Amino acid sequence: MSLLAPVGALIFSLLVASIALVLVGFNPLTAFAEMGKFAWSAASLVSISNRAVPLFMSGLAVAIGFKMGLFNIGVEGQYLLAAVFAAYFGAIVNLPPVLHVLFIILVAMIVGALWSGIAGILKVTRGVHEVIATIMLNAIAVGLVAWLLANFFRKVDPGDLNIKTAELPHSAWFPSLNPLLNTIGIPPPPGPTMQGFMLVAIVFGIVFYLLVWRSRYGFELRASGINPDAARMSGVEPSGMVMQTMLLSGALAGLVGLSPLLGYFHRYTQDFPSGLGFTGIAVALLGRNHPVGIFLGALLFGFMDRSALILDLKGIPREIVTIIQGVVVLAVVVAYEVVTRMIQRQEVAAAAEAAKSDAEEVA
Amino acid sequence: MKRWTPKTKTGRRLWAALLWGSAGVFVLAVVQQIAGTRELTSAGTFGASLRLAMPIMLAGLGAVFSERSGIVNIGLEGMMIMGTWFGAWGAWQFSNPWAGVLFGVLGGGLGGLIHAIATVTFAVDHIVSGVAINILAAGGMRFLSAVSYSADSGGGTTQSPHVSGVGTFSLPFLAGGDLFGWRTPDVFGWFESRHWFFISDVGGILRGLTGDLSWLTLVALLLVPLSIWVLWKTPWGLRLRSCGENPYSAESLGVRVLRMKYYGVVISGAMAGLGGTMLVLVQAGIYREGQTAGRGFIGLAALIFGNWNPAGVLAGASLFGFADALRLRSEGAVHALLLFIAVLLALLVVWQLYRRRWVPAAVSGLFAILFLVLYETLSVVPTQFISFTPHLTTLLVLGLATQRLRMPAADGLRYRKGEAV
Repeated sequence: MSLLAPVGALIFSLLVASIALVLVGFNPLTAFAEMGKFAWSAASLVSISNRAVPLFMSGLAVAIGFKMGLFNIGVEGQYLLAAVFAAYFGAIVNLPPVLHVLFIILVAMIVGALWSGIAGILKVTRGVHEVIATIMLNAIAVGLVAWLLANFFRKVDPGDLNIKTAELPHSAWFPSLNPLLNTIGIPPPPGPTMQGFMLVAIVFGIVFYLLVWRSRYGFELRASGINPDAARMSGVEPSGMVMQTMLLSGALAGLVGLSPLLGYFHRYTQDFPSGLGFTGIAVALLGRNHPVGIFLGALLFGFMDRSALILDLKGIPREIVTIIQGVVVLAVVVAYEVVTRMIQRQEVAAAAEAAKSDAEEVA
Repeated sequence: MKRWTPKTKTGRRLWAALLWGSAGVFVLAVVQQIAGTRELTSAGTFGASLRLAMPIMLAGLGAVFSERSGIVNIGLEGMMIMGTWFGAWGAWQFSNPWAGVLFGVLGGGLGGLIHAIATVTFAVDHIVSGVAINILAAGGMRFLSAVSYSADSGGGTTQSPHVSGVGTFSLPFLAGGDLFGWRTPDVFGWFESRHWFFISDVGGILRGLTGDLSWLTLVALLLVPLSIWVLWKTPWGLRLRSCGENPYSAESLGVRVLRMKYYGVVISGAMAGLGGTMLVLVQAGIYREGQTAGRGFIGLAALIFGNWNPAGVLAGASLFGFADALRLRSEGAVHALLLFIAVLLALLVVWQLYRRRWVPAAVSGLFAILFLVLYETLSVVPTQFISFTPHLTTLLVLGLATQRLRMPAADGLRYRKGEAV
């Protein structure tokens, strides 16, 4: 039953995309077949998982806010700012291997939390809606990153005009999962390696589950989301919840950029991936704020981003993928609503049936 | 001697606006004397402010309709994006800017319709739906660009071909516009060019507001009184507003609540679409991906700042348009803006001390000092900062302005027909 909504939404969005493709003169079946075929290779699988890891982290960051009806749209700015600070401070300190990575993770989480904390303070003290605050903070973060990079964090190499930070020392590189691929019998493809940060992401996924569904904080979080008034009456202080959740969300957002930073780029450059924060919102909606759902959503988006690459080569506009992604997000929230209502209706019918048979027994 | 005050409520409001406006211009004039620039009150700056304020104002004005009917519209940004794309496409396809206006309005309205279906018919959380629409609009328009514009048309995946804008006009006698083919004298322009303290500043501002106006700007400005009239003087407006205050009471009185909400959200999308079209036809002359740059959200901020009233939205949008215009005019202007903000904050501190609100006064004072220090230490504002001037202004205004605001009582709440308790 819980899979009905996302699968239905996916089929619906494929239908919309098919119509769009037919209208502009392409065969949708060919397009989808090419995408599927292209994705089924070792190189593609590595690429999909590398794309999925930051999306998964981004989805978690968004989801923790969503759980209490708090909308952190600012993951984008938070992770970019965190990544540039992490890259800079990671490069100027000298630490032993494991400690170095932990230090960078800590820096990124603190920067992300501080930036989202601004939106939290504005909401708690001034009643500024977090959606507007975080959107504005995104634009400010992008400017700040460019400014920091140009004036303070830049490493100038002779003959290289790229604006970038210094390269991280090897002790800060996250080991790849290629040896693991070897042991399970899939020879790793040449090119980018399978990023090991996935293990950290899985740990955070488990911690997320325990925190939200198995802790007192999580109970209060979900209670505030389902019925804020009831939560307040039973002693959950709303402004405290907003502040804690905003900080947690920002801390998680800080981790979004670390997978590409520690596993592939090893420095912050101008072509560091952007947009992961916005896609994370889609992934969280798709996965219904549950780590397993977010994991599947991140894989789906990773798959679509990767398999879109083949479409251009086949002369099909690869932007069709953006249509699928957009429609699936909207369709899935509608589908969840419809499914919820169907379940409610069944429960009401079942209760009415039970009441009726009780009444008959009494009579 | 008895102090003269206007008799009617509207008159009093206009009088107050005039007084406050003059005071604001005076502060601007003093600030730019100190900062040594003429850009703060130049006709060019105010012309650009008006042009840039209109898209924000339209997004906010549309949101008045949506939120007064009880639907929060975070999807304004996406509807505005649809407006930019469809506006450019219509203008290009039919080689006529007014066809662009039509398509822009329809495109934005389509976005509104999708939001209405999700939030009104399916009762999806308003913010979730709005966020989804923003994602959908960005992706959808990119696809449409990819299939609509071939390389030889001058467009591509991320931009349209160049399109011609709608015409402009200047008011005769005031800003030197033409009258039956006769070029009238430019009175405000003459005053501006005298460089008299305060008088030339007023002249420059009025010259900017009355000269080289786009016809679309006129349309947008006329929509403000029209919206006030429709929402507060017609039965239709009363019904719409009742849906945002108490939909179950409205329902019991025979108002078709679902239908009214549909109207509100679709109008909101259409206006945001018109705003997007203005960005293309009045400001840029081309559709570019990411052109809206968060203006839909800034429009939402203008809505909140304007206390869900059309006139307030216009005031808020003007403020954000001004910040946006200074950013585009010159770096020196943004530098002077720092001093202007510091002075405004200092005045705010005085007011808050007078009202004995010590903590807010301290916070405002802190920010005032911060901006003064920034003004003194930075001889030029870094280019990277200039890009987010309007966004920072939005945050400051929402964070520091007094919050005697009241949103419609049932705004953002889920409504299901016949579920009254």
